[in-house]
Amino acid sequence: MADVNRGKRPLSPFMIGQYYRPQINSITSIVNRITGVAMSLAAILIVWWFLALAIGPEYFDSVNWLLTSWVGLLVLVGSLWAFWFHLFNGIRHLRWDMGVGLGIGESDRTGKLVIALSVIATVITVVLVLM
Amino acid sequence: MEYKTDYKRVAGLGSAKKGVDHWISIRVTGIALIVLGVLFLYTFVGQIGGSYEDVLAKYQHPVPALIAIMFFLTMFRHLRLGMEEVIVDYVSDHRAQMRVLILNTLVWRAVAIVGIFAVAKIALGA
Repeated sequence: MADVNRGKRPLSPFMIGQYYRPQINSITSIVNRITGVAMSLAAILIVWWFLALAIGPEYFDSVNWLLTSWVGLLVLVGSLWAFWFHLFNGIRHLRWDMGVGLGIGESDRTGKLVIALSVIATVITVVLVLM
Repeated sequence: MEYKTDYKRVAGLGSAKKGVDHWISIRVTGIALIVLGVLFLYTFVGQIGGSYEDVLAKYQHPVPALIAIMFFLTMFRHLRLGMEEVIVDYVSDHRAQMRVLILNTLVWRAVAIVGIFAVAKIALGA
């Protein structure tokens, strides 16, 4: 009954690699969280951009410049990929919540599909914006 | 090493009866965001780097403005709930967890209100 190791066991994301062999499901799971947290930065930038639009032309131009600078574009394109990954993987999680697609083979396949779709959708979006 | 029994360790710390609501809310907002997220992306991406006049004209139209407001309302709720999940998982110190949770609620509610107000002001031309 006595649990000597209580409180010293490795916690969920920090056990991948050290104690637990990485595989597609644990990686897509933690990437889903990372993309979600990372997109909060883009959410703040987008609200700031709308606020600048509401304030006036000079302020808008400076925030618009920041978003189209190479740092801004890096954040936006990164967030675009994060958006598509989180959306597709979210659908994968919703299917799991309904008890569908939980098999090991199918989970591995949908995991790879989500990664492929997120990259394809990002490239298509960037191409459509530039056209 | 603690000598308390497993029962003594958890007594009084029981469920706040809010878990299911949280779990369902994050999924319902998620489902809504499949549609709202794509609609927002569709109306928004092309506007980045656009001129002040063009972007203003775009968001003075009610449809892109309504999409942005609905998206902000749903997305910031989803974002706050998701962050709560992450905080509860990784901030184990009880007092620190409470502080971060309160800060999380205040920050995302505030950012959401700023975003919705900004779009409303643009759309209504006030």
